[in-house]
Amino acid sequence: MKAWIEKQRHLIDFTAQSLARRKGKSLGLLVVYTLLVFVLASVALYTHALRNEATQVLAGTPEIVLQRLIAGRHDLIPPGYIEKIGRIRGVQKIEGRLWGYYYDSVLKANYTFMVAADREIAPGEIVVGPALERTRGLSAGNGISFRSYSGDLHTFIVAEVLAHESELVSADLVLMDEADFRRFFAYPAGHHTDVALWVANPLEVRNVGIKLLDALPDSRPILREEVLRTYASIFDWREGMMLALLSAAILAFGIFAWEKAAGLSAEEKREIGILKAIGWETGDVIAMKFWEGFLVSLLAFLVGYVAAYVHVFHFEFTLFAPVLKGWAVLYPSFALTPQIDGLQVATLFVFTVLPYTAATLVPIWRAATTDPDTVMRS
Amino acid sequence: MLELANIRKVFNQGQHNEYWALKGIDLDILPARVSVLKGPSGSGKTTLLTILGCLARPTEGRVRLNGEDISGLPERFLTEIRRRTFGFIFQQFNLIRGLSAIENIILPGYPGGTPRAQLLARAEVLLADLQLAHRRDAKVEWLSGGEQQRVAICRALINDPQVLVADEPTANLDSKLSAEFLVILHRLAESGRTVILTSHDPLVVESAVVDRVYSLRDGQLTDVVDTRKAAP
Repeated sequence: MKAWIEKQRHLIDFTAQSLARRKGKSLGLLVVYTLLVFVLASVALYTHALRNEATQVLAGTPEIVLQRLIAGRHDLIPPGYIEKIGRIRGVQKIEGRLWGYYYDSVLKANYTFMVAADREIAPGEIVVGPALERTRGLSAGNGISFRSYSGDLHTFIVAEVLAHESELVSADLVLMDEADFRRFFAYPAGHHTDVALWVANPLEVRNVGIKLLDALPDSRPILREEVLRTYASIFDWREGMMLALLSAAILAFGIFAWEKAAGLSAEEKREIGILKAIGWETGDVIAMKFWEGFLVSLLAFLVGYVAAYVHVFHFEFTLFAPVLKGWAVLYPSFALTPQIDGLQVATLFVFTVLPYTAATLVPIWRAATTDPDTVMRS
Repeated sequence: MLELANIRKVFNQGQHNEYWALKGIDLDILPARVSVLKGPSGSGKTTLLTILGCLARPTEGRVRLNGEDISGLPERFLTEIRRRTFGFIFQQFNLIRGLSAIENIILPGYPGGTPRAQLLARAEVLLADLQLAHRRDAKVEWLSGGEQQRVAICRALINDPQVLVADEPTANLDSKLSAEFLVILHRLAESGRTVILTSHDPLVVESAVVDRVYSLRDGQLTDVVDTRKAAP
């Protein structure tokens, strides 16, 4: 066993020297390979972290959101509607919500105006999301005017800017007092945008939804798990789109790597002949080439993965963010919580390191099984 | 120690260019002696040397090493025997460019799993013995022809083989370096190693260090002469 380990150390030594002797080829391959791992790992890390972020954010949201429909379209919740829901077993809390969209023609962007249920905001004041702080230069104490859909100008004082940690969901948010909200949008008194319901037992959520449909046939209950599923499929779809766009580059790399790994130069063939003649077995030569492929791909994998980690979690995924982040005009600027999924790392490892290592072994098999006496005749 | 019985070797068997390089060779190689295979180009001396050195297998016939028949062994076992028993010096030296002299020397020791420190210590002794210690870390492509050959000799000796096999070892050397090489061979034979060479260089064939000359022509052994007169 000790001799076997020592032999592998010798083979790795020799391989490292071989790579150093062929600097141009080795470096070129390493750079291209690292880039590929970097791109794949960036997309994988980002979508994984985003999915996680969405799950965590939605963990604090109500289990069911009830909307009212007229002709299949979303309509306001009229007065007395919430009371009709009555007491449904398992529902902890029912709350009518007020929110809407506002188009800011200055920035050509949509904001989400909302009445905060969990905090008191004084009349005439608003609390804004970090994107507004950034794009409109707002900070606590500043005044800002919005022209309402009726044409009137309303001025508000910024009481507070929301924390940057919540920017994924609060970037374009404007929180205000209920009276201000109703006045600004000329929202009819007693009406709500939708109804939020909190259900204690997760197994009961679906039943509560069915009961809601029975009680209010013109309503549409939206379950949190459905929202999560929609998010997941959006991220998956975008990840797929991104990878489809990159597939040409991946294919090009594949051809490049195959050509580099599979092609043995005359010098390499000569070396193999020499090694066999001086007592190396076919297995030793193959093991040496295995180490070569493994070391190159492992190094590329590690460097590419670390670079992707830094890119995603320290540079906010700068290179590909517009493709994956969404279609809103106000892109949220947020740092994702670093997340590494073992299975994802393993998958990436298998799909990058193994094919390359295998590609180096195929041609060497033929070269390594040539008779050692050929070196005598060269 | 090495016996060949009715050795025949064919290339491209069954094809239009089939060629019998050896046509029934019987010979014994004496232990701790210098033997030379001599003959013109195409006489089969290199083919015979590859069979003697276990680099190739005969098409027909038997090879016995210390009484044991090794002609039918699979490649893996033959490689093991080759590594333990034979050291090779090639006509073109066949050193690996880009590696230092000492790195080239220890290469045959890798598959055996000998610890690196031990290999390096052994290589340094060999380098010192051949007055090449000062070129230890020089890349082999920077060495002169004579120095390259001495590195090749060190490499051939790193596994402490019983038999040293050299193919046309003086073909790329001038007369002075050839004479120096023969002195080294003489010392190796004196220390108990068996040396087998191919050559058509009169300087080698007629050298006093050579004990026996096997003459070949057209794949057949035509003459065996014991030649040793005196030490050079």
